[in-house]
Amino acid sequence: MPEIKVTPLGAGQDVGRSCILVSIAGKNVMLDCGMHMGYNDDRRFPDFSYITQNGRLTDFLDCVIISHFHLDHCGALPYFSEMVGYDGPIYMTHPTKAICPILLEDYRKITVDKKGETNFFTSQMIKDCMKKVVAVHLHQTVQVDEELEIKAYYAGHVLGAAMFQIKVGCESVVYTGDYNMTPDRHLGAAWIDKCRPDLLISESTYATTIRDSKRCRERDFLKKVHETVERGGKVLIPVFALGRAQELCILLETFWERMNLKAPIYFSTGLTEKANHYYKLFITWTNQKIRKTFVQRNMFEFKHIKAFDRAFADNPGPMVVFATPGMLHAGQSLQIFRKWAGNEKNMVIMPGYCVQGTVGHKILSGQRKLEMEGRQILEVKMQVEYMSFSAHADAKGIMQLIRQAEPRNVLLVHGEAKKMEFLKQKIEQEFHVSCYMPANGETTTIFTNPSIPVDISLGLLKRETAIGLLPDVKKPKLMHGTLIMKDNSFRLVSPEQALKELGLAEHQLRFTCRVHIQDPRKEHETVLRVYNHLKG
Amino acid sequence: QTELLDLSTVDVILISNYHCMMALPYITEYTGFTGTVYATEPTVQIGRLLMEELVNSIERVPKAQSASMWKNKEVQRLLPAPLKDAVEVSMWRKCYTMPEVNAALSKIQLVGYSQKIELFGAVQVTPLSSGYALGSSNWIIQSHYEKVSYVSGSSLLTTHPQPMDQASLKNSDVLILTGLTQIPTANPDGMVGEFCSNLAMTVRNGGNVLVPCYPSGVIYDLLECLYQYIDSAGLSNVPFYFISPVANSSLEFSQIFAEWLCHNKQTKVYLPEPPFPHAELIQTNKLKHYPSIHGDFSNDFKQPCVVFTGHPSLRFGDVVHFMELWGKSGLNTVIFTEPDFSYLDALAPYQPLAMKCVYCPIDTRLNFIQVSKLLKEVQPLHVVCPEQYTQPPPTQSHRTDLMIDCQPPPMSYRRAEVLTLPYKRRYEKIEIMPELADSLVPLEIKPGISLATVSAVLHTKDNKHVLQLPPKPPQPPTSKKRKRVSDDVPECKPLKPLLSGSIPVDQFVQTLEKHGFSDVKVEDTAKGHIVLLQEAETLIQIEEDSTHIICDNDEPLRVKLRDLVLKFLQKF
Repeated sequence: MPEIKVTPLGAGQDVGRSCILVSIAGKNVMLDCGMHMGYNDDRRFPDFSYITQNGRLTDFLDCVIISHFHLDHCGALPYFSEMVGYDGPIYMTHPTKAICPILLEDYRKITVDKKGETNFFTSQMIKDCMKKVVAVHLHQTVQVDEELEIKAYYAGHVLGAAMFQIKVGCESVVYTGDYNMTPDRHLGAAWIDKCRPDLLISESTYATTIRDSKRCRERDFLKKVHETVERGGKVLIPVFALGRAQELCILLETFWERMNLKAPIYFSTGLTEKANHYYKLFITWTNQKIRKTFVQRNMFEFKHIKAFDRAFADNPGPMVVFATPGMLHAGQSLQIFRKWAGNEKNMVIMPGYCVQGTVGHKILSGQRKLEMEGRQILEVKMQVEYMSFSAHADAKGIMQLIRQAEPRNVLLVHGEAKKMEFLKQKIEQEFHVSCYMPANGETTTIFTNPSIPVDISLGLLKRETAIGLLPDVKKPKLMHGTLIMKDNSFRLVSPEQALKELGLAEHQLRFTCRVHIQDPRKEHETVLRVYNHLKG
Repeated sequence: QTELLDLSTVDVILISNYHCMMALPYITEYTGFTGTVYATEPTVQIGRLLMEELVNSIERVPKAQSASMWKNKEVQRLLPAPLKDAVEVSMWRKCYTMPEVNAALSKIQLVGYSQKIELFGAVQVTPLSSGYALGSSNWIIQSHYEKVSYVSGSSLLTTHPQPMDQASLKNSDVLILTGLTQIPTANPDGMVGEFCSNLAMTVRNGGNVLVPCYPSGVIYDLLECLYQYIDSAGLSNVPFYFISPVANSSLEFSQIFAEWLCHNKQTKVYLPEPPFPHAELIQTNKLKHYPSIHGDFSNDFKQPCVVFTGHPSLRFGDVVHFMELWGKSGLNTVIFTEPDFSYLDALAPYQPLAMKCVYCPIDTRLNFIQVSKLLKEVQPLHVVCPEQYTQPPPTQSHRTDLMIDCQPPPMSYRRAEVLTLPYKRRYEKIEIMPELADSLVPLEIKPGISLATVSAVLHTKDNKHVLQLPPKPPQPPTSKKRKRVSDDVPECKPLKPLLSGSIPVDQFVQTLEKHGFSDVKVEDTAKGHIVLLQEAETLIQIEEDSTHIICDNDEPLRVKLRDLVLKFLQKF
């Protein structure tokens, strides 16, 4: 029985270091290659030794697919391809290919230059790794080899985020990566056609949440920022350079313009200007409205938002600062946080999900005393707000996607076990399909039952369909044919043709009987009657 | 020309590039066409710009009244030369309007390169990069067993668009080849060089340069060449003007289609930098763009200068003003780069002209040398092309190299001619459900060849065929109410299998004896044998390919004999 095997190396009942192995019809595909933000040791990367003990990864894997540029989906890629060693193709969309190396370089700098780690990948390795990347268009069918094909769909999570369909023959798997089913201020909604995959591997970050309308959240956010600025406080918004940052910038920009506010908005340096530039060049990946108006007014050219300088943090008076990274685990956002945490007038707004172990996660769970490096204790007096702006589908969105794609099986990754359990039950109830949620290193096997494609001779098919078109079309008709199996090819032909092709002669079988009829009528009348009877 | 086919019966229109969609509103808005149009995103966006420019230029010069009486054949015959010879004037139509353009474009489905699009389950179409313009495509139309490639407007030169995808054209049964270069004798690279040097010379002598062009396409390459050329040629102070209602949009759009550009330009976007250097020309104020000659342009206008504007036919658009403004001075130059119009015809109404005229047609589409290279590469079974490609151009009848040369010779078509492709479909794909496959009993007939008889229910949905296990015959209905159940049971016409093989007489006789026929007698005949069962008064004629059983009025015996005979034969 043909089967599909799935083994998460990361993101199995967990968020972070997404990495999923899929075996389908003899092909092995690795989906994402991420790092875990919560760890600084071996656990930050997936355990690639699981794939093959001895022997090269290139021989074992047919291709690697990266869904989007977030580090928990691509952070381990240079380590995997250059240090462990993989030379096969790596597929991602154009924006991902453009932005991914910059984030990787940033990550490398923080780890190696600031934390002083050794035995980490180098800049050159990132470059070499990116050379193995093949960029794909949306909806383009990429033929990885004769049998294996992949196709990208729009996922709407961040710029260039994609869902991927992996197909061999008539078996297929869809991997969603991270996706968002509601369009936001800069991206459109995820979309997939009714492709009926054998298996849908979906993220489930917000498996149990059903979020209120986006509008309410936006109003809330603006209100909080406005209040803090009015009373002279400073607002820190830790973000990742690309994604939410742009959405919130557009939001604040329009609000500032409408309310005629004067307090400065800063965007932490380096990456961000560049980041906005990417949005300008890849505007075809944003939502309809931005795309339509970009010639008149490019939404990513901000008037009120200026570049941030480290010295500004000590300026008196209100200000709003977007700083990276988004989980307060390192870098500029953490520095600013330490400066402002002591003042209750200030506020930090966490607009996205925080992985366990990060400062962001700690303050969100209510911790007010943090142990920093060097045993220093930091008391947090500033207000801490959480606002779910991260562009993940909520429970409703996940169900909606399942309805769109109509998979035969569902497998959940990228979420917390408890929440997954809940969603799993819901999916099984509503769609009557099996739902799996393997932990890391645990293999799920799904049996598929593919039909067998054969070639039918057009003559036979036409004859059969012609009969089928007679009065009662709906009524099923039985058809007869002969299947010729010859070195792995299957052809269905009419029996006559089969005989002819194989050079066999037809054998005729006839019967003759003598029937006595007693009939008083004349001879030829009788013959006529019998003839008419037979004809009838 | 629409009388040839009823456009409302057309299901799908595939668009190759933005130049090939200028008549789309006529089809979608006037003919009852209800199908789908497929095109890539750049094709649609730039096509919209071209149409917008066209509509804008035409509407800018409204005509108080339009004459149509002259279109009458009798009247036309009496008119002077060019009008007299115009063909099909009755078909000439008024230009469409912007609402019609929008309506037409809203009917287009966007597709990406290498995207497989299923049409009605019967065929699959795929656009491939053709290398000619932003988003330009060749199309593959294929079913499971047949593959037709439509190659129109392709280029093997490296300009700004993504290079042509040749590999995917391989194994075509039929390759339709059209949209070759208009000027097979001119080398585009040389023409660009000539363009630059003529431009520089004129400007240095204090003259102005006019370049009639489309608002998208070759102009991007020209600007890029000039970008590299102006500093070395000492032209950095000369203003470049690009005047078109869609100039700004065209320049902006060119920067956002990174995915449709050639490799070099893509890498620039990854940096991130704008892919085309005209962004820098605009930033440094060397290139300025205006929607029309009115407004800002009249304030900024400085001479000498270089003006890019449309329409390349010189019949409408802002180019007309410049022709009249500059035509009288020998210092000025008009440089023709678009190959679609004869420059002599274009200039005719402006004669006499003091202005210099330079003809540098830049046509990057395939020339005949490239065609033969391409055909050798992709090896199609048949080539189909317009008739004019199968003979040298009429003006250069000795140039036998200016025609398509391939084996087998190409099939040509003429306007309004229907060509039947020499290809016969023989097979189609059908799927056998796993349950049915399990129930099949294959029989090895010859080494390596097995046969199995299939009796199944054929389901056809969306042109996909599936064979399913026939449903079990239902229990005979117990009451009359349940009679409707039988609707789902297929009509079973009794299966009458074909038989094959021959009957070895000796073994047959042995079998008969085993089954209780004691008085079997065999007679040899010319063609075979006759087996006599004396007691049963039955005669069996056995020949190589036939068996004839003559038995009187004894049905059980007949059935018994039939079964015995069938044992020796193969059924299909």
